[in-house]
Amino acid sequence: MSYKADFRIWRGDVDGGELRDFKVEVNEGEVVLDIIHRLQATQAPDLAVRWNCKAGKCGSCSAEINGRPRLLCMTRMSTFAPEEVVTVTPMRTFPVIRDLVTDVSFNYAKARQVPSFTPPADLKPGEYRMQQVDVERSQEFRKCIECFLCQNTCHVIRDFEDNKAAFSGPRFLMRIAELDMHPLDVADRQKAAQEEHGLGLCNITKCCTDVCPENIHITDNALIPMKERVADRKYDPLVWLGNKIRRRGSGD
Amino acid sequence: MSEVERHSYDVVVIGAGGAGLRAAIEARTRGLRTAVVCKSLFGKAHTVMAEGGIAASMGNVNSQDSWKVHFRDTMRGGKFLNHWRMAELHAKEAPDRVWELESWGALFDRTADGRISQRNFGGHEYPRLAHVGDRTGLELIRTLQQQIVALQQQDEREFGDPEARLKVFQECTITRLLTVPDAGSDTGNRITGAFGYWRESGRFTVFDAPAVVLATGGIGKGFKVTSNSWEYTGDGQALALLAGAPLINMEFVQFHPTGMVWPPSVKGILVTESVRGDGGVLLNSEGKRFMFDYIPDVFKEKYAKSEAEGDRWYTDQENNKRPPELLPRDEVARAINSEVKAGRGSPHGGVFLTVVGRMAGGTEEIRRKLPSMYHQFKELADVDITAEAMEVGPTCHYVMGGIAVDPDTAATPGVLGLYAAGEVAGGMHGSNRLGGNSLSDLLVFGRRAGEHAARYAEALGEERREAAPEQIDAAAAEALAPFATESAENPYTVHQELQQTMNDLVGIIRREGEMAEALTRLEELKARAAKAGVEGHRQYNPGWHLALDLRNMLLVCECVARSALERQESRGGHTRDDFPAMSPQWRRVVLACSIADPDAEHLSVTLTRSEAVPMRADLLELFERDELKKYLTDAELPGEDG
Repeated sequence: MSYKADFRIWRGDVDGGELRDFKVEVNEGEVVLDIIHRLQATQAPDLAVRWNCKAGKCGSCSAEINGRPRLLCMTRMSTFAPEEVVTVTPMRTFPVIRDLVTDVSFNYAKARQVPSFTPPADLKPGEYRMQQVDVERSQEFRKCIECFLCQNTCHVIRDFEDNKAAFSGPRFLMRIAELDMHPLDVADRQKAAQEEHGLGLCNITKCCTDVCPENIHITDNALIPMKERVADRKYDPLVWLGNKIRRRGSGD
Repeated sequence: MSEVERHSYDVVVIGAGGAGLRAAIEARTRGLRTAVVCKSLFGKAHTVMAEGGIAASMGNVNSQDSWKVHFRDTMRGGKFLNHWRMAELHAKEAPDRVWELESWGALFDRTADGRISQRNFGGHEYPRLAHVGDRTGLELIRTLQQQIVALQQQDEREFGDPEARLKVFQECTITRLLTVPDAGSDTGNRITGAFGYWRESGRFTVFDAPAVVLATGGIGKGFKVTSNSWEYTGDGQALALLAGAPLINMEFVQFHPTGMVWPPSVKGILVTESVRGDGGVLLNSEGKRFMFDYIPDVFKEKYAKSEAEGDRWYTDQENNKRPPELLPRDEVARAINSEVKAGRGSPHGGVFLTVVGRMAGGTEEIRRKLPSMYHQFKELADVDITAEAMEVGPTCHYVMGGIAVDPDTAATPGVLGLYAAGEVAGGMHGSNRLGGNSLSDLLVFGRRAGEHAARYAEALGEERREAAPEQIDAAAAEALAPFATESAENPYTVHQELQQTMNDLVGIIRREGEMAEALTRLEELKARAAKAGVEGHRQYNPGWHLALDLRNMLLVCECVARSALERQESRGGHTRDDFPAMSPQWRRVVLACSIADPDAEHLSVTLTRSEAVPMRADLLELFERDELKKYLTDAELPGEDG
């Protein structure tokens, strides 16, 4: 079952780098991260890679495999032909630190710009009442493991560095949608989504949805409904007010 | 002294999992300047791996639940070795900690009347685990992360600086705690801060702080087959030992009964206990539900005797007893081990776990209740759990032992200003932890550690002591040693041999000769680890990071092996082939590990015995005398009329 695979891995740092060729053993059932680990243990002890859980739950080992943004731990070697060269490069949208490790601080800065969950002032812990059907939409978005592959692939920032200041990216627009759809959140999310987080820059090409390892329907369930809410409200602020009042009522 | 970057805080929390973040939130909410230092990116801690839920007796599904029932279950699960005061505080405070998460934005699954839903789990008498599908740990970590952001947003409004009072230093590894001798304490040392390096640049940094909370998690990376991530290298345990704080109960290591066994590269990855809590059953190669053959005497009255009764229990808990698939984890893990040894295992050396035909809602219900498991098996093993059985076997999951702490304050008795919470602390879970009690432990004792670290730092005021320059220089020299080594050992090779040693010789079933052999091998590995060398430079160099982690793993593994060799009985996560019975005399014995000379070139662990604190009378009264007889010595039993 074992064979020798050809890997090309980008090695370098902020000053530049290059693709390096490796020949490395592959065994049945292995994923790309196993191969990276084997390279560290046998050929390149200082090869830098982020990883934690190796089970697709933490979202640390994001990179690009043959040009496609993926988790290294969830990409099985059996998806490649034995003679195929497997090329592994760091996420392109973020500045490289070393080898496969990038500086993802952009995402933490954007996270801090989204106002946090805002419950009704008079609601005490233990008194929350919500129906399962009402929490399911936001729960889908909370499956996000923050691998930032959607941020990496979104061409609004991947191809236009200048947009980074004005655009929070799919992950954080989805976070805003999550809060907007939370049955007990009382803050106004829609104006900020449009004016401060660049929702209008998204042109729903669904690239983010395509690469999401959690299979979250980012575009269909978060971004498009958010755009609709913003549009509705532009025409009729009463729609927004009505929505909020009705939804708070159903939580009792 | 070499020039080192310095940061000054009131409280420094090491570790950014559930316990660390909860501690940091508490210290900051009390107005203290707080730093969180973590090895990974913020939000990636091992807590995200927790699947099943948070145990808290809210009584939302069965109103008969209460803290007393939770306390009893916890003590039984730990075979009465738990520090009863921790188990009491935990059971009493867990509901408030869960409700608090909801007020910070957590979205748990709901009951029909809109409250937080609770599910069944091994060893818990009633449905007790608040959950979000099978990704509860992710919900917990994200909620705490977002609460930290909320506090930072407050500070931005108030001070114009989001990091004015709470800052996360991510991808920064602490290698030594800094202490000064303290004449005022009989314990010897007082905290002055912590020394570490930035993973990204390799540069050193010092945190000056009078109070440090250790919340670094477990030790699973010392074992070959484990559900733990790379971070679980026993850092906090080793830092505490080196600073003068002892570890207790280190012989108790939990092997979770259900880890994936195939393919080899995913061996050890966790298969949540919720699979069994929601109806899944364990089968051997003959198709038999073998757990009915493994109900131990202490639990005989609590578990179903027939499959039919066990099955009825899922819908009618008043009139039926629970199925033995839901015995505490140590029992199930040993049973699986025995079946495999008897030749009744699955093709890849485990047993079968199946939910096929076990849920009324069929395929749709399986995918809704166990989405991560469905995904995990589909993606990593080509197994569709709605149509096929999973293959599972025991995997090193959790260490019950850890840093000795005061139950109320989480303070270590050894070092003034040092606190510990979560998996890194010992005592709460006794000899075996119940599923679901970990996430609640993190929150209950994380909050307590944060509170008491803050109170301590506040009371100290300006009376702070500076770190000694020579201690910083020594820490820097120690961290740079792997670059100076010639004819070096490969740190990856040493690590693999350590994992193999612990797996083979100090694993789920233990024997005297094997553990003695393990200690000999650990000595050899220590000598080799001291010569571990690295290539390249200090910038994001994983070989170097591992070479430094080896010291910690070797120290904690030595603690496990020494304690396990000493304890001549079987209890919870410590099973001796040569001493198969549980002994009431041994229940009273607490084994503590410490390091005589933390500055010695060759570090070695010494073992001391102390006596467990007797349980308070009103808590003893929560149990029937007949049950207590199974665990306690005659002298410890309450009077006949008590």
